Amino acid sequence: MKRYSAFAIAREAFRQHSGWQRAWASPEPRDAYEVVIVGAGGHGLATAYYLGKRYGITNVAVIEKGWLGGGNTGRNTTIIRSNYLQDPSAAIYEKSRALYETLSQELNYNIMFSPRGVMMLAQTEHEKRGYLRTERANALQGVETRFIQPAEVRRLVPIINIHGPRYPVLGALWQERAGTARHDAVAWGYARACSAMGMHIIEQCAVKGVESADGAVTAVNTTKGRIACSKLGIVVAGHSGALADMAGFRLPVESVALQALVSEPIKPCMDVVVMANTVHGYMSQSDKGEMVIGGGADGFNNYTQRGSWHHIEETVRALVETFPMISRLKMLRQWGGIVDMTGDRSPIISKTPLGGCFINCGWGTGGFKAIPGSGWAMAELVAKGEPGPLAAEFALARFREGRFIDESVAAGVAH
Amino acid sequence: MLLLTCPCCGVSAEETEFAPGGEAHLRRFGPGSSDREFESYMFQRKNPRGVHFERWRHAYGCGKWFLAARCTTTLEVFATYPAQTPEPSAELIAKIREKRPDWEGTQ
Repeated sequence: MKRYSAFAIAREAFRQHSGWQRAWASPEPRDAYEVVIVGAGGHGLATAYYLGKRYGITNVAVIEKGWLGGGNTGRNTTIIRSNYLQDPSAAIYEKSRALYETLSQELNYNIMFSPRGVMMLAQTEHEKRGYLRTERANALQGVETRFIQPAEVRRLVPIINIHGPRYPVLGALWQERAGTARHDAVAWGYARACSAMGMHIIEQCAVKGVESADGAVTAVNTTKGRIACSKLGIVVAGHSGALADMAGFRLPVESVALQALVSEPIKPCMDVVVMANTVHGYMSQSDKGEMVIGGGADGFNNYTQRGSWHHIEETVRALVETFPMISRLKMLRQWGGIVDMTGDRSPIISKTPLGGCFINCGWGTGGFKAIPGSGWAMAELVAKGEPGPLAAEFALARFREGRFIDESVAAGVAH
Repeated sequence: MLLLTCPCCGVSAEETEFAPGGEAHLRRFGPGSSDREFESYMFQRKNPRGVHFERWRHAYGCGKWFLAARCTTTLEVFATYPAQTPEPSAELIAKIREKRPDWEGTQ
């Protein structure tokens, strides 16, 4: 793999850009690998990357039903933050945010991490008290957040309507080091680094079944043939239930559609991410100038990768009160992704009833921000067979034992 | 937009008039059951890609609960039927099989 650098750009400029290599190879699958990861989204690729980098395991295949990063990695609103209330959540999301800060340098791939700050508006007295509590919790967890007053909100976000008739802005929880990144680039950067370590990334390869013997996984059957493996990592977000079914166990997960939309591009007007959780919407401005808007998830099981129209209507209707200027914008695109919601709205990084088979799922509506930390923790679990400190609390057994990690706000939004 | 017909009052309406209530025909476990059984009742879900039996409430109509058989990949509603039905009827299963020959059944 040739490194990307200013020198490389200059060199290629003199030879009509004929020397650029493919970012990752597209090999045919071998008969066997040590580890097979199902799902070449951010979480799956990050798992493979840290398996190679931290544990020296490079006999790895990452197989993908569709195309690389074509699931929720390419469908989210790219927000990165770690201002969670519960300790296990704050630990893994903060690890993730910290890894994002230097990920471009580490992968030699520009993921366009933009620590522009994330603001969660308090629009009721109850919400304000909740965020003051989160601020204190974050201080104890070593996550830098601060509760700011309406005047400062106004200074940071001039387009905001502080004195809305129903939901005035009473303050906000402000995480200055949070922000956004280019979502596709995260998957592409990890894929390029995995490929450079000799791992195989196999796209257009759907899993049809999981083979096991003596209670342990032995192979996966795919549309490109049988692939033997001694360890299997299932990292497929919304389709986790279907994969778990093949592996012979059931998950505390339901899949629903979550939507987002972007407006037509406009001149720069807002350089932070704003989440308004009472009215159920959040907004940021992309580098292209589009206002990126996310809202609520469907309440019913859904695999269609499109959501119900009325959710868009509700989200935009609510945000118009807080941001009156968006009322005249046109919507450019709308799309949906299938998110896997667990009973306590926290993720699962766990061993499974099948030996050698590990699962990473349940990130629900907030998976993008967790990609590096999730991959870090999942790689440790796959490599050692036992969870490390980041993953231990996220085991499947917590549902039976009643040790919930009750965020119920995986996106900071009450889904 | 999902369209449903309430079997209680007969009204057909858009999904905004109804409230979803999750998987139907769950086997309930309470005091005296094992942790595993209680976990299966409380949390574990079939979450199928395809035919799904589920509970709905006609929240902005007659207010009654009812059940529906629906495809989660096409949103096609095969039937709605009363909430007092302990398991999908043979006729309903035959009707779904006619439209989904590959369907593996309720297990």
